[in-house]
Amino acid sequence: MSFGQLPYDVAHVLGGAMLLLSCMLLYQRRVAAVITALALQGGVLAAAAAWQGYVQGAPQLFLTALIALLAKAVLIPLALRLLVRRFDLDRTVETALGIGASMLAGIALVALAILVVLPVTGGAQAVAREDLALALSVVLLGMLMMITRRNAILQVVGLMSLENGLILAAVGVAGMPLVVELSTAALVLVVLVVGAVFLLMIRGEFASTDTGLVERHRGEAE
Amino acid sequence: MPLPWITVFLPWLGAAILAAIPQERLAVRANVAISALGCLCTLGLVAVPGGEQGWTRIDALNLPLVILGGVIGLTTSIFSAGHVRAEGFDTLRLRGYHAAFQIFLGAQALALLADNLGVMWVAIEIATLASVTMVALHGTPAALEAAWKLFLLCGVGIALALFGTIILYLAAQPFVGHGDHGLSWVVLRGLAARCDPGLLNLAFVFLLVGYGTKAGLVPLHAWLPDAEAEGPVAITAVLSGLLLNAALHAVLRAKAIVGSNPGTIAPGHLLLGFGLASVLLAAFSLWRRRDARRFFAWSSIGHIGLAATAFGLGGLAGNLAGLLHMIGHSLSKSAVFFAVGHAAQRKGSQQIAAIGGLIASDPALGWGLAIAIAAVAGLPPFLLFASEFLLVMEAAARLPWLLAPLLVGLVVAAIAKIGVLQRLCLGAPTPDARPPGPGLTTLGPLWVHLGLCLLLGLGLPGPLRALFDAAARIPG
Repeated sequence: MSFGQLPYDVAHVLGGAMLLLSCMLLYQRRVAAVITALALQGGVLAAAAAWQGYVQGAPQLFLTALIALLAKAVLIPLALRLLVRRFDLDRTVETALGIGASMLAGIALVALAILVVLPVTGGAQAVAREDLALALSVVLLGMLMMITRRNAILQVVGLMSLENGLILAAVGVAGMPLVVELSTAALVLVVLVVGAVFLLMIRGEFASTDTGLVERHRGEAE
Repeated sequence: MPLPWITVFLPWLGAAILAAIPQERLAVRANVAISALGCLCTLGLVAVPGGEQGWTRIDALNLPLVILGGVIGLTTSIFSAGHVRAEGFDTLRLRGYHAAFQIFLGAQALALLADNLGVMWVAIEIATLASVTMVALHGTPAALEAAWKLFLLCGVGIALALFGTIILYLAAQPFVGHGDHGLSWVVLRGLAARCDPGLLNLAFVFLLVGYGTKAGLVPLHAWLPDAEAEGPVAITAVLSGLLLNAALHAVLRAKAIVGSNPGTIAPGHLLLGFGLASVLLAAFSLWRRRDARRFFAWSSIGHIGLAATAFGLGGLAGNLAGLLHMIGHSLSKSAVFFAVGHAAQRKGSQQIAAIGGLIASDPALGWGLAIAIAAVAGLPPFLLFASEFLLVMEAAARLPWLLAPLLVGLVVAAIAKIGVLQRLCLGAPTPDARPPGPGLTTLGPLWVHLGLCLLLGLGLPGPLRALFDAAARIPG
């Protein structure tokens, strides 16, 4: 690692903060707290994108930052919160894997991300490769969250956190064409719309958003 | 506007129109008309000189697949016209159904035509969202679970594919500079030999796992049987026939880029491994199925696995076998789904045990289904026999050990399919739950597909052969 250069240091701090928030997502026991952590992660992502825009002199990244700030730090968490309050969804996190075990698995995944990315990216610029390791960690932790939570809202949160990691990777690569960032942002909105419709529909059929209940319907007649 | 763009935007425009039509008869006819126009556009692409038009590019590899998409889109819309009423949609769902269908057709065309890997990713994303919507439309618990599974697994899949795309650009970044062309497939392929092999390896793993999820390769296939069994009957034909092709095509584009750098791990071997696992798992899973649509969905996993195995072998003959297999599978499998969907609506159940004796009760349908299943099982003289034969010969010449698992998979799957053929088509007819719907909208598409499978299986005309040969050179 190369300390002492401001652009690198700030990028690393922001990337590290996102990873920290991913871990927070994993150990929260209440849905409301998970949503707060997600909003914070969206805010840090916006800061990371804006910083990269400033460092790389790429104005389009400010747009990415703005979209992240509006959608991920404000609107989506607000909508999720409303959903939770309106339907009085289960406030306690139901897990398929215990909190402690999830954290251990999370640490193993971060180690895996670093072991995978750092050796193969020797040729790339230092800032890109370390950002990539952090981003991959966030992606893997998001995936872990999707696997280990049984609540539909938390699975959507996991998917969004996973996408935060993707955007962190995209903004860290200098010159990445704009189309990818814009489409990713659009994707998140659509995903949420779809996700919300699903939640409401599942909610209409069942008493909770516990997807463990849905899994009985395999269609293959018993 | 260049014709490839029209091919993409026409269905999307049609989707906007269809979303606004509340009358069922009008919407159904408009859907067929738009699909017919779309099919004409794809056929017109033959006359467009190859090369780039902004974010799209036509070459020998995507041209046959796009035309296939146009043809299957048209036949499926005709089938849908006769069967949408029995789905029992209210007006809102009907509008959503037709709009999602056209959005899906446009997105799969864009996924095939895109030269820019970012655009290709967006297209596959849109196709995914459209298919989630279509699968969920019935709103039953089973449909919701299928759609939720599709949404989550494919959401993660495409997210990983985007990560792979980003790493691919990172590998090429020192050489391409800024701008949209940095994600152009042709540019990346030309530069790959100079890129860092480590980054290319990493990118390929993510792209293979990501798009492989969408293609239904084992072990990422869990969404596919449920999605194909629970959506409206017409949708299954396009999910199985077109979505899987678009995803596998994306994997091939990635393989072509990574494979043109001699320092990388051979991408073909990875693809071969995934393919072989799919062939074997699907062959044995077929024996445990009681639901007819799930049975044939599992068979799709096996066939995509065979195509992946062929592309994994690579070389001219291997790639030709893979391409023919994709085309043959799309045509014959959607034919099967037309017949099975019709029969399931008529019998009021899609359990294999509830559908029987189709030949005795309705010879044109029963024989059509029997022949379609035989084609899917890889019996001569249909196209899948030709491609499987080509694959086996190529495996025998280059990797003899591959023959053992491959033949086991082929034979076990074929026996299971013949068994189901007997149960569905022969014997005494099971009682109908409702009067048979319009037969022509099933029989027309069914027999057209079978005819195409037969013609292509018997021999390829000269220009088509030249096109396929050129296509086989592309994935490397």
